[in-house]
Amino acid sequence: MTVLAIADHRRGDLRDVSYELVTAGRQLADATGGDLHVAVISGEVDEFAENLNLDGVDAVHTVENGEEFNHDVYAGAVEALYGELEPAVLLMPNSVNGLDYAPAVANALDLPLVSDAVDFDYDDGLTATREMYESKVETTVDVDAEHVAVTIRGGEWPAATNVGDAEVSAFDYSPEGELGSRVLGFEEVTGGDVDITEADVLVSVGRGIEEEENLELVEELADALGATLSSSRPIVDAGWLPPNRQVGQSGKVVTPDVYLAVGISGAVQHVAGMKGSDTIVAINTDPNAPIFDIADYGIIGDLFEVVPELIEQFS
Amino acid sequence: MKILVTVKEVAEVEDDFEIDGLGIDEAYLEYDLNEWDDYAVEEAVQIAESGDDVEVVSVTIGPERSEETIRMALAKGADRAIRVWDDAFESVDLLDVAAKTRLLAAVVEQEEPDLVLTGVQASDDGFGATGVSVADAVGFEWAAVVNELELEESVANVRRELEGGVEELTEVDLPAVFTIQTGINEPRYASLRGIRQAQRKEIAPMGLDDLGLDASALDSPIELTGMREPESESDATIFEGDAEETAAQLADVLREKGVGAQ
Repeated sequence: MTVLAIADHRRGDLRDVSYELVTAGRQLADATGGDLHVAVISGEVDEFAENLNLDGVDAVHTVENGEEFNHDVYAGAVEALYGELEPAVLLMPNSVNGLDYAPAVANALDLPLVSDAVDFDYDDGLTATREMYESKVETTVDVDAEHVAVTIRGGEWPAATNVGDAEVSAFDYSPEGELGSRVLGFEEVTGGDVDITEADVLVSVGRGIEEEENLELVEELADALGATLSSSRPIVDAGWLPPNRQVGQSGKVVTPDVYLAVGISGAVQHVAGMKGSDTIVAINTDPNAPIFDIADYGIIGDLFEVVPELIEQFS
Repeated sequence: MKILVTVKEVAEVEDDFEIDGLGIDEAYLEYDLNEWDDYAVEEAVQIAESGDDVEVVSVTIGPERSEETIRMALAKGADRAIRVWDDAFESVDLLDVAAKTRLLAAVVEQEEPDLVLTGVQASDDGFGATGVSVADAVGFEWAAVVNELELEESVANVRRELEGGVEELTEVDLPAVFTIQTGINEPRYASLRGIRQAQRKEIAPMGLDDLGLDASALDSPIELTGMREPESESDATIFEGDAEETAAQLADVLREKGVGAQ
């Protein structure tokens, strides 16, 4: 059984999930004694192919076409590779770019799609683990099909690191006709003069703060602790803090000495941005909140009662 | 111009809940408009308000109960709604991406919108795939995870929110499907006047027959076979006591880490 994994890259660098896809792909290939093929599309494909020549990879296919991700190119190239290799499992990343081409590929190839898988197993067919209800439940899905498309969540498989001896070859693909979308450029999100990635201590506020007026309380805590204020996504979406304060997958990745999460449940997208902090402290009313899974210290309680007491302690 | 907005009623699970077989006991569920779709509705309504002759139609796959959620979209400014449901749906544990695509693509083909807006994902099943899949099925262009949208005559200029605080600027030919990210706008609250007007707006029920489909449209090789609470991996030191006690204990730890020492 062949597994085909599609690497992810941006602005000249392979993204971490590319190396995780190799581990995940090898896991599936091992389950059936099959081959793992990896494809890398657009950009400096020869250089990427060198990095993707990892232990467990049997073949790397390079598709030269443009510098950056374009979903029309990706969809077309993946469909062409699929036609050539007919893999039992087509593995793609559940990254922002994965979200932009994997569903189109699955539809075009008439493949069942299991997205955002966090684990899987292959026996007679694929059994995948997915989360539902904002990670409150874990589900198992069985796929009764000979071929399936799967996107994997980043950070769930260890990155492959050891150099291998894969066969690298160029795959000839050019899109037909004009592309329906054109990437014009990139921009960094800016705003404000604070760089939260530089802070030693972050007080980070989430949905639990309820109202914009209540932010003052957390600001007061940050002042008392000599900390910098950051937040989870909903606070920035609401316009209560500028985008440069956002910690998470789509915000900044931070690694302070102390990260104090106030009223943050710890959705996977948020955790991706702060799990590297030395010491994580969480204050939350819900004892089952996923933030407690990664916290070193926790208070299960109402932030509106705990935070004023904490300010008192440091005044 | 016609904008079709997909709207999903999602189930939200209370902090404490029980799993019953392949579902969560109804007693622990609350139903609401999917957060991402709220932003998609707002984006459509804002486009309608800034131009002449724009019709906003919402489409939902859901049972009669979901009309309450649909009314929210109507109260916020959608002109009319379509609700897709059929008795055959009752026995399906998991409506997969392909099945949803067949249903919504049939609606797109009947309505012939110029633009389709969906949320990036639904907070319950979290597939994050339906919008782009529908685009491919109906031959529209698309962009996923859009946090800024400007329409011109035959193209749209969008920003896609990538990981790590980077945005991609992309030009997309119309007609297109855009999956809308939270934060693109500020969703309005439904006004009392809007809520009253919504009562008079049409919610057209559509079954499989109406869409030119049969029960095979719901067939899926993907079957839900297990549901459980994830095992907690927590090894956190949890401070016990009232707010004053827990804050004092936490303060000790923070001081040990050098916090507040200046």
